[in-house]
Amino acid sequence: MGIRVEKVSKKFDDFVALDDVSIEVPSGSLTALLGPSGSGKSTLLRVIAGLETPDSGTVWIDGEETDGLPVQERNIGFVFQHYAAFKHMTVFQNVAFGLKIRGESRASIAKRVAELLELVHLDGFADRYPNQLSGGQRQRMALARALAVQPRVLLLDEPFGALDATVRKELRAWLRRLHDEMHVTTIFVTHDQEEAMDVAEQIIVMNHAVVEQSGTPLELYDEPASEFVMGFVGDAHDIAGEWVRPHDIEIHRERDDQGTEALIDRIVTLGFEARVELTLADGDSFTVQTTRSEIDSLELREGEIVSLHPKRTRVFDDRLPA
Amino acid sequence: MTTSERLVKYGLRSIAIGYLAAILVIPLGIMFWKTFGEGLAGPIETVTSEEGLHAFWMTMLCAGIAVPLNTIFGVAAALVLVRQKMRGKAFLNVLIDLPFAVSPVVIGLSLLLVYGEQGWLGGTLSDVGIEIIFSTPGLVLATIFVSLPFVVREVQPVLQEIGTDQEEASSTLGATSWQTFWRITLPSIRWGLTYGVVLATARALGEYGAVAVVSGKISGQTETLPLLVENEYANFNTEGAYAAAIVLALIAITVLVAMNLIRRRSEQAGEPEPNIEPDPGMVRGRD
Repeated sequence: MGIRVEKVSKKFDDFVALDDVSIEVPSGSLTALLGPSGSGKSTLLRVIAGLETPDSGTVWIDGEETDGLPVQERNIGFVFQHYAAFKHMTVFQNVAFGLKIRGESRASIAKRVAELLELVHLDGFADRYPNQLSGGQRQRMALARALAVQPRVLLLDEPFGALDATVRKELRAWLRRLHDEMHVTTIFVTHDQEEAMDVAEQIIVMNHAVVEQSGTPLELYDEPASEFVMGFVGDAHDIAGEWVRPHDIEIHRERDDQGTEALIDRIVTLGFEARVELTLADGDSFTVQTTRSEIDSLELREGEIVSLHPKRTRVFDDRLPA
Repeated sequence: MTTSERLVKYGLRSIAIGYLAAILVIPLGIMFWKTFGEGLAGPIETVTSEEGLHAFWMTMLCAGIAVPLNTIFGVAAALVLVRQKMRGKAFLNVLIDLPFAVSPVVIGLSLLLVYGEQGWLGGTLSDVGIEIIFSTPGLVLATIFVSLPFVVREVQPVLQEIGTDQEEASSTLGATSWQTFWRITLPSIRWGLTYGVVLATARALGEYGAVAVVSGKISGQTETLPLLVENEYANFNTEGAYAAAIVLALIAITVLVAMNLIRRRSEQAGEPEPNIEPDPGMVRGRD
């Protein structure tokens, strides 16, 4: 059940947006489609929704094959980055739209809309127009509108992308709680790895029209399948072909043969945490994450040359020709 | 405010107001004065004469057919131009501008060439008893031709501006294309559409050149108000000509005022004007 995408390809003129993509989204899960812009993640979401027709491949929603099934009949909820609020309708009319299309009675529409507005904390805003709402409120309205028709799956395309940082964080946490209450299979697209790690139970990382890896946030972080995933999901540095996370490096005062020499440019302490910015002999610069007590006990100073010992490194052979 | 700033401010104002006065207000004012200067009897007689009433009726008929047709065509063409990928779109664009670019007299002549007695289609149609030229259908065709571009050109940029998000959202909520058009697209373009309809109406009411060529100016049969104005003037009935002209002007002003009233009423009902500026949230998001 849930959503299954099998061997989907899609081209726009000469641009390959999706290249033989297959994914599996468990029923009731909250999954992030993560990738840089142009990686094909939004196209994949739109293909699942039926807003784009794939050139080849098949999408199953709740076990039903959706080939040729128009978007109207897929029973999905879709939330757009820029809200797509119906500007000539009030908040109430926006949320009621899908129910009205389905020909439900006035009374049941009014009841359902009231419930949803309460759920998204917009009770009292029913008679406002979208241009009288803030960005965050508009997006909550859009979510209520999508949920109104009790969709089989909820698809969100960069839902927080147009909001400022504070509101974005708030809405993230709120989406998470909402999902815990509703348990509707949800996919959201984002280019923000922190957002994906924060909200999702499962992350699918895309790059250049293909899926790089999918797994839980921890799996992706601890066992990245490629250089791209290593670098995209969390910070990583490349020291002589070996990849290492900034907190997986020990700094030693004594220079020795096993370590890599580096010059300390700057030490930044942020409360408990500390960041050491270094330059390697070959001119590459990078950052080591450590703690303030570590810095204090080693008595590190800016301008010193120290020795670096990576604790956990990874080598990827995906840069070699297959 | 410095002297030069003041100079700019009042200079600009006097240019704007002086220009409007010289071009519009003074001639129209003099026309009113001339019309009613010698009493109301003459003008009223012209307007309420059989020819006058018929011309009024003809003008309303032509506009009444041309504007709705051009509205339907205009919305459809704007949708095609903005929303669809199609070969030859640039060509369609040029075609739509043609009535703007070509002199109305030329439009009239081209209709003659097609539908006239010796025309390409005219002979055949005439054989089955359909007369186009020197009869009502010709007037309607000419009016359609000259008022064609307005709705397309006003609706097109609005469609571009609103994008497809709202329509897509509507379809994900289960609305068919037809439902989406009526409930989402049409309300979103309503102001552009209204403006286009008003412009097309004004043009349809006032058209002279193209209509003059195909009409034959048969008084009481194929004479519209603008033709009547010209006719009366040529027959040295200046008051009559002015009176007919004023009726024409009043109809146009009524259309404009009606549009403004509709607009104001829907605003009072709490419905905000379409927010065509980008959302603040959208701008903020591009950080």
